[in-house]
Amino acid sequence: MTVVRRQPTRRWVELVLLLFAWGLGVLGTLQVGAATGEGTPSRLWITVAVVGGLALLMHVAVSIWARYADPILLPVATLLTILGLIMIYRIDVATARRAELNDSPPPTPEVYSQLTWFAIAVILFIALLILLPDHRRLQRYTFTFGLIGLVLLVLPLAPVIGTTVNGATLWIRIAGFSFQPAEMAKIFLTIFFAGYLVVTRDSLALVRTKVLGIDLPRLKDLGPILIAWLVSLGVLVFERDLGTSLLFFGLFVSMLYIATQRRSWLFIGGVLFLAGAYAAYQLFSHVQSRVTIWLDPFAYSDTGGYQIVQSLYGLANGGMLGAGLGQGFPNLVPFANTDFIFSALGEELGVTGLFAILMLYALLVERGFRTAVTVRDGFGQLLAAGLSITFALQVFVIVGGVTGLIPLTGLTTPFLSYGGSSLIANWIIVALLLRMSDRARRPDAQVIAMDEAPTQVVRL
Amino acid sequence: MTGMPRQIRRLSLVFGFLLIALLVNLTLIQVVNANDYRDRPGNQRILLAEYDRERGPILVGANPVARSVETGNTLTYLREYDSGALYAPVTGFYSLVYGATGLERTENRILNGKSDIFAVDRVEQLVSGRQPTGGAVTTTINAAAQRAAYKGLRGKNGAVVAIEPATGRILASVQSPSFDPNLLSSHNPSEIREYYARLEADPDKPLLNRPLVSLNPPGSTFKLVTAAAALASGRFTPDSILPGPRTYDLPLSDKKLRNWNGKECGPDAKVTLREALAISCNTAFAWLGNQLGADALRAQAEAFGFDTGFEVPLRAATSRFPANPDDPQTALSAIGQFDVRATALQMAMVAAAIGNSGRTMNPYLVQEVRGPDLSILQTTEPRAFADALQPSEALALTDMMVSVVDDGTGSNARISGVRVAGKTGTAQTGNDLPSIAWFVSFAPATAPEVAVAVVVEDAGLEEVSGNGLAAPIARAVMQAVLRTG
Repeated sequence: MTVVRRQPTRRWVELVLLLFAWGLGVLGTLQVGAATGEGTPSRLWITVAVVGGLALLMHVAVSIWARYADPILLPVATLLTILGLIMIYRIDVATARRAELNDSPPPTPEVYSQLTWFAIAVILFIALLILLPDHRRLQRYTFTFGLIGLVLLVLPLAPVIGTTVNGATLWIRIAGFSFQPAEMAKIFLTIFFAGYLVVTRDSLALVRTKVLGIDLPRLKDLGPILIAWLVSLGVLVFERDLGTSLLFFGLFVSMLYIATQRRSWLFIGGVLFLAGAYAAYQLFSHVQSRVTIWLDPFAYSDTGGYQIVQSLYGLANGGMLGAGLGQGFPNLVPFANTDFIFSALGEELGVTGLFAILMLYALLVERGFRTAVTVRDGFGQLLAAGLSITFALQVFVIVGGVTGLIPLTGLTTPFLSYGGSSLIANWIIVALLLRMSDRARRPDAQVIAMDEAPTQVVRL
Repeated sequence: MTGMPRQIRRLSLVFGFLLIALLVNLTLIQVVNANDYRDRPGNQRILLAEYDRERGPILVGANPVARSVETGNTLTYLREYDSGALYAPVTGFYSLVYGATGLERTENRILNGKSDIFAVDRVEQLVSGRQPTGGAVTTTINAAAQRAAYKGLRGKNGAVVAIEPATGRILASVQSPSFDPNLLSSHNPSEIREYYARLEADPDKPLLNRPLVSLNPPGSTFKLVTAAAALASGRFTPDSILPGPRTYDLPLSDKKLRNWNGKECGPDAKVTLREALAISCNTAFAWLGNQLGADALRAQAEAFGFDTGFEVPLRAATSRFPANPDDPQTALSAIGQFDVRATALQMAMVAAAIGNSGRTMNPYLVQEVRGPDLSILQTTEPRAFADALQPSEALALTDMMVSVVDDGTGSNARISGVRVAGKTGTAQTGNDLPSIAWFVSFAPATAPEVAVAVVVEDAGLEEVSGNGLAAPIARAVMQAVLRTG
């Protein structure tokens, strides 16, 4: 019995879009080279070729091991990664020039290590597609993943390997390599939330009391959300990582809402969030100063508000169309290639470029949600939705932070920021989403065979 | 399980709102309020953009006297002036705190590359995304003349302007005391402020662009204008006999004007116009002034450039002949006293016009503008300002000026083998104030290559001070030009 009607795989769409993303990357690289007067050294051409090769490799892997997967996800994530590489290179140029003028030793260009991280991410991406033919296997290890996630989350607090960088304890350092375990933790915890909630959602959805027109769950079902809340507060208090704390709690509450279909969980989550935020504001000076700076960054433009003020100046300098790649002063903003890479892009690409980048993220989240609503199993739905929500929340928290919409918290900008942990984790998420969309769109051989069986024709 | 997609859609709506919030906020920052952010005092970016570009050099001949060098600071380029004090009245300074002056200010759009004459480059820059580089400004300054004048003024307060008579090119523009533009163009605001405050407090006013803006009574050098008016009137020749008594009774008053040496100007108090100029006879010229009248004097003065504000392109002060002098005031004006005021530039123009067959040329300081690739984009063409004298009259006046140097008060300007035309002057700025020594001259007398005006402040009260203090400086400047050709 052969499959007669074949679902279109749209792999060629993916290839064309990937080529487009790669072409934009080549043009951007040339632009930076020309504008900064650096030219394009041969090493850069190798980089351009390697990026193209990696993208092609992923495309081939998807074509073989997830051929029905969504064709938009891979090119969008690739384009974002390429934009990040261009900006990291551009900031490398500025840093190198500064060092040269200061007669200091030339700094190591970070674009090549970012490229290495990208290569590692691609290897893990392909490995995941091969080793995980069905995402439902992950459900078996729900609690294992939950434990791993929790351990990763508290790992920076461990003696010896835990490291405090710029006031936040969110790094571990092993054998010379530093890693931000929270980035990986968000994947493990999302899997755990999905696996846990798909099982318990029926009882969590039970209504016990109605207060002021709001359905309240049973008191004993409040356990999980209280634990998530306490863990988030713990991250905030002990690791001083406002962003991660916000991300986890937001993720958990959103997934709880999806799983139980009860708005009351959003309400309870909101109340807990406000309570936690208020308590943290009252108790911890670092939270207080973040808020004070957010309310009037210019009053602290020489101290705590320096970063955000420089970020705003950079964005304003970019204006509508941007200063042009290589023609702004993005390195005036501290951490220009990590926390503030969005501002750096905003200065050189303008509001136009930033709108385009935010649309890419919106597209990524939309394709993720689409996967969530089409995948057939509850676990997959929750997982795809949860992973998409991590993108959405993370982008909102960091972009809102560097643009002064909300208090600044340290989170990486997915795919754009310099840093291996973040890049690898986000590419694994893309792989998981592709795996699920492949499952969702893959024609079920059994069903099709039944539909088109000659017997049906006879029956007609 | 069917319920979940609905919740996902609702959540996506929430995230849609968050996205819109980000977009609106970005638009507010980057478009609506962008100018407010750009104008905030702490925002370095506008300044950096200016300091990030390589500013073009200001050249004397082929040598840069102002140039941008790369630094290790946040401000990429530092302005450097190799002989800062020497060229300060030409280049001005380029300061973080006080803005720019001199050619740095007037030629800013050339130097920073934003002028429309770089339109072709601009298109190329748009394509390549390259930062615009500034153009170069070549001055008309003759380095040897500038140095000779600066050396001559050392230790004195004063100014020198040298002009090429045939074109109006300014060959030297020197002030003393001067300042170091490097210290005002540094990247250290507190250092800049401190130095600037010191310059401001200095009673000798080193920030004053003396050659172009210091107005002084021209004294006896103004007799050139009076003599020119006499010749142009057709009523007088160099050999006309003028009364030259020991004192001249100023009309309508009981005041008397005396000659500088207290003597009669010639036998029987009679003197030729030529002789009167050579010995700088006050009484003869005062009488002449009254004979010609204030209007004729003013018309002659204006033909030489008085009452016009020149931009070379630095803005020079307007030299003045008094508006409505009565007869005694006219008599005083005729010998460059009363309210007659002139810059060194103006008196150099008078000498230059006489040497240039009576034609006053517009003075200028910028010879040409070059693009970043050193191709010439603009050349200043000499332009006539007015015909002050007929060539024959100019020739006659030149002869008289040669007599001043050869037989009269200007002996210190003599150059062996070269006929030099000149005129001394001493003026009092007030009864008790120190006087000002002048010397104006040009050489060679026929087809002159250089005209000079020298002002030395705080000179003695004697007419000889023009010859003693100013003439040697004029001589050195003329020699410097004649030697470099």
